[in-house]
Amino acid sequence: MQPTHRSPRLLLPVRMGFVTFSLLVALVLNLVPVGNFYAVPDFVALVLAFWCVREPHRVGMGTAFILGVIIDVPYAAVMGQHSIAYVLLAWAAVVNSRRLLWFSPSVQALHMVPLFLMVQLVQLVLRLLAGHRFPGWEYFFSCFATAALWLPAHYLLLWPQMRPIEHDENRPL
Amino acid sequence: MVSTDNETPPFFKRGLPPSARASLYLALSFAMLISDLRMHYLDGTRQALAVLAYPLQFAAATPAEYVHKASSYFSGLASLQRENSRLKARELAMASQVLFTEQLQRENSDLRNLLLMQQNLRVRSSAAEIVFTARDPFSRKVILNKGSQQNIEPGSPVVDQAGVIGQVTRVYPLHAEVTLLSDKDQAIPVVIERSGLRAVMFGTGNGLMELKFLAANAEIRPGDRILTSGLDGIFSPGLPVATVLKITRDSAESFARILCRPVGNVERSGAVLVLSRIGPRLQRPEEEDTSDPRRASAGRIRGTRSSAPAAAPTSAGSTAPESSSSGNTTQERR
Repeated sequence: MQPTHRSPRLLLPVRMGFVTFSLLVALVLNLVPVGNFYAVPDFVALVLAFWCVREPHRVGMGTAFILGVIIDVPYAAVMGQHSIAYVLLAWAAVVNSRRLLWFSPSVQALHMVPLFLMVQLVQLVLRLLAGHRFPGWEYFFSCFATAALWLPAHYLLLWPQMRPIEHDENRPL
Repeated sequence: MVSTDNETPPFFKRGLPPSARASLYLALSFAMLISDLRMHYLDGTRQALAVLAYPLQFAAATPAEYVHKASSYFSGLASLQRENSRLKARELAMASQVLFTEQLQRENSDLRNLLLMQQNLRVRSSAAEIVFTARDPFSRKVILNKGSQQNIEPGSPVVDQAGVIGQVTRVYPLHAEVTLLSDKDQAIPVVIERSGLRAVMFGTGNGLMELKFLAANAEIRPGDRILTSGLDGIFSPGLPVATVLKITRDSAESFARILCRPVGNVERSGAVLVLSRIGPRLQRPEEEDTSDPRRASAGRIRGTRSSAPAAAPTSAGSTAPESSSSGNTTQERR
């Protein structure tokens, strides 16, 4: 597997232990108390979407569902709110995975904006239907902050799979 | 080897297609959503997950707290000295009051005994600390560092040094969730100190509160203090809640629009007291006979109106509208 399908560089196979670890770190980062500051990236959505794009056969809707259920409780949200949003995100990422990997990481980030926006819209609609108030337009800042982190996340999360570039005349790739 | 049956080789076995899997999990999530919102079936699951997630939550909160504390450590000597001298002055002022209070309380209970009245509410207070604000942007909730292990009960009022800030709505073994007064779903029965008018106060969701269902010509001015009325049997009467900020009287509407600012530091963290009631429960007023249908229906409408938001937090929410609809009787009995 390559960093993107156009890249001449080869990657080591992913280790599931690292995937789990990165998801756990994202979960903890999401629980950092920030008060009423809205433009905080949704780290779980970011890492989940990343692995759904990279490894669609290993990380997918099931992981999204479990993460969503876990995160609803400390958020004091309605149970199922995040799992609906994350399952939809995982589905969109898995379905688009093969197309997305043809683009460079920064263009991928642009493609991810609508997906993260959908995560927020789904939660907003669910909560408005449940009778809560609209939190203000700054609520939507979060999805742009999340998408902006796609590029750093790309290098950070692929780093354990990178290996030094060896120039070998006898190897085609 | 040629396989005779048309089985797919294991390499191509990928389970259900993504869309089918997604709809399966979506259906499951929607089922959870509805059973949590409408039927409250998932409280056990929530408790279990809360216990699992609390260490993660704490791990996330601790470095943030250290950063916060370190910044105040380096800037804080002067402000600490100022605070110390202010607290000392205040303690002196309070000391005389406390001495009087004890005597007054004894006298009050003696008098109540003489008049054969019910004893006042007695409350047990336990100090707790707000450890973090819940991340949910749609509601206003904070997390306390004490839970059912420390005898925190759901429904207990939470106060800080200035006044009421909210009510405990969910209790977990080690922590508790407090819905702040500024939450849209939080209602509290209040009385206006100057005129004695009773009303119900709702959060607006943006840090302020609103007095609802007061007539457009009600006796109220900006700057009036608003106290708890205690008619709900949960909040003890006379706790400061808010001051009136702005009144809009529109002749086209029958109710005035009254915005209030909470007196407690509702949105900021710090040390708080959780008050839980001890002693006898308030007696519920007897069911009124429905000889006056207009009044009875008015009570019912108001009941459903204010019990809807309070239904989730407490079981005592259901007593609030009843006692507020027949507030006079309760007031006289005590």
